[in-house]
Amino acid sequence: MSVIEDRNIRLALLGAPNCGKTSLFNALTGGRAKVANYPGVTVEYRKGNFSLSSLESIELLDLPGVYGDCGHSMDERVAIDAIKGNLVGERAPDGLIFMMDASHITTHLHNILQAKSYGLPIILVLNMMDMAARDGIDIDIAELESLLDIPVIRCVAVRNTGRAHLIEFLNEWTSDILNDSISIPAIEKNSLKDLQSKARLITSSAVSQINKTVSLTQKIDNIVLHPFFGVIILAGLLIFMFQAVYWWAAPFMDGIDFIFSRLQLLVDSNLSETWLKSLISDGIIAGVGSVIIFLPQIIILFAFILLLEASGYMTRAAFLVDSLMAKVGLNGRAFIPLLSSFACAIPGIMAARSIEQEKDRLTTILIAPLMTCSARWPVYIMIIGAFIPDINIGFLGLQGLIAFGLVLGGIIFAMIMAFIFKKTLMNNTKSILLIELPSYKLPVIKDYFIGLWDRALIFINRAGRIILPASIIIWFLASYPTKSNGIVGTFAGKIGTLIEPILRPIGFNLEIAISLIPGMAAREVVVGALATIYSLDSESIDGPLKETLQNSWSLPTALSFLVWFVFAPQCLSTLAIMRKETNSWRWPLFAFFYLFALAYLMAGITYQVAANLGL
Amino acid sequence: MTLSELSLNQKARIIDFDSHDLVLETRLREIGFAEGDQVTVLHFGPFGKNPMSLKLNGALIALRRREAQAIVVEII
Repeated sequence: MSVIEDRNIRLALLGAPNCGKTSLFNALTGGRAKVANYPGVTVEYRKGNFSLSSLESIELLDLPGVYGDCGHSMDERVAIDAIKGNLVGERAPDGLIFMMDASHITTHLHNILQAKSYGLPIILVLNMMDMAARDGIDIDIAELESLLDIPVIRCVAVRNTGRAHLIEFLNEWTSDILNDSISIPAIEKNSLKDLQSKARLITSSAVSQINKTVSLTQKIDNIVLHPFFGVIILAGLLIFMFQAVYWWAAPFMDGIDFIFSRLQLLVDSNLSETWLKSLISDGIIAGVGSVIIFLPQIIILFAFILLLEASGYMTRAAFLVDSLMAKVGLNGRAFIPLLSSFACAIPGIMAARSIEQEKDRLTTILIAPLMTCSARWPVYIMIIGAFIPDINIGFLGLQGLIAFGLVLGGIIFAMIMAFIFKKTLMNNTKSILLIELPSYKLPVIKDYFIGLWDRALIFINRAGRIILPASIIIWFLASYPTKSNGIVGTFAGKIGTLIEPILRPIGFNLEIAISLIPGMAAREVVVGALATIYSLDSESIDGPLKETLQNSWSLPTALSFLVWFVFAPQCLSTLAIMRKETNSWRWPLFAFFYLFALAYLMAGITYQVAANLGL
Repeated sequence: MTLSELSLNQKARIIDFDSHDLVLETRLREIGFAEGDQVTVLHFGPFGKNPMSLKLNGALIALRRREAQAIVVEII
């Protein structure tokens, strides 16, 4: 280690999945990378900087979790390549911080014996020492240090006081690395089996389990993993989540609506009848406002999702539904990517990197867009709010139930498609499940609110970056060259008339046809586009979009429109990330066509059935 | 017998691994299964008793029966 250029030290965080690497990374570097309580949150390497009293700038690499040194899956290979210096444009780290969940020291200790053979200075950080103590695990640090022949540091990564000891140690250790006065551990050249028995010998003398009471986590599991009540609890949680989106958002939505209508009024009364007034009022305020109004729902939805992620419940949900996933040939690991897709298919598709079998990964990527991403909520909420009566069935709201039905529909079709893909394209590779169930934890309040804030910002940013420009373009296309005979005479009308005949059998009108084109950029753009189109259409009476839709769409059209959005791949970014993750246009094109075909077919069936029922 | 044949709350000790699938054996070892370790089956999934969750040296691990078949155990 003599060539460390310009005193810049690089350390890497290594360790099993879900041991707290990203929590420590965030705490040291001030980063705000996503943390949650399930294995496989981090699938990419990440760089950050922090300083110590002894050293100005230390570069820290956060790596995806790995158990051994084999690199079974894409994310594991990234971690191992990063340590070996095989990543393009990145040099190998100068030292390894090996993190381990202290409660799991007996199960995982052989992993550090493996890691010693990377031939780099290495320390063992035992994280979550507080939890281990609570479980009655007593670790003799000095004994462990002498048996492992490397420094061992106790740590509670999420607390300032819990990190103090580590920071103090890093001060010295990094100086030693710089001064070249550090001994590199002797390489262990044993088989995994021998390393395991060596590790078991070490833990038998350095670790003792004091009381063997049943842990709190096991007590909770006895309830939530119960074969009957566990399923009821999972279903209840999901139904409650979708009900809450409707129950709690209304006052906040009214508030936002009030602000935007005041804004529109202000523009209308202060500007003269020019194109500028129309652009601001009909284009920007109507378009952006119609999407921003759904921010409360998005926040409520993520308040639930983040809570479930942080608590450790997500892997239990994976456990409960795994046999269903196995029946359609899906890998147990596919649960997390599919779940992430409820936020957005892009991180979901990336999270599929943790699936080892390439064909299982591809299947997961292809069905991820069927999960109800947050961009669909503005569409669902707007249409459901306008067409589904706000009545209760028992103690559950009908609107919430319909929303739940649309989400469930997406999941059911994802399973059906996975089954078909595995039987045909992917010739039935066998899939596995092997996952650690983390201990339950209370969310770290700060992380929780940072996560919620970030999700809100993403939503607002999209409104600014995608919906604002789209609204302006639509306003232009729907205003010129002439509006004298309504929308038909405009550019937008002309484009819409071209595709409207194709969409007529599924109950879509000209306005919908027009809105779907900019809606290719992102699903919620459709809402903004409809708002702008109808705002321009109605010369004087600028009623809210909800009432306009009620007056101009039939119920079968509305239902067909909802079903269309369960399937339609109206999101260019999703197709782009598929291209990136599969290295070819073949799979995104395949997804594009199969999803549009499904959307057309299912929306058509919905429309015809609803129309024939006389709805 | 193999781990997949254990019933609920039964304690067993790992004595060997099925060597047909070396990749699977490596993965099982990496996550923490080793000869001599004690395992207890804690839960079965709601449908067809699949997957299963077990306690292994203070860690809780979920796996499907097919993977559990690769672990040879004796009841203690």
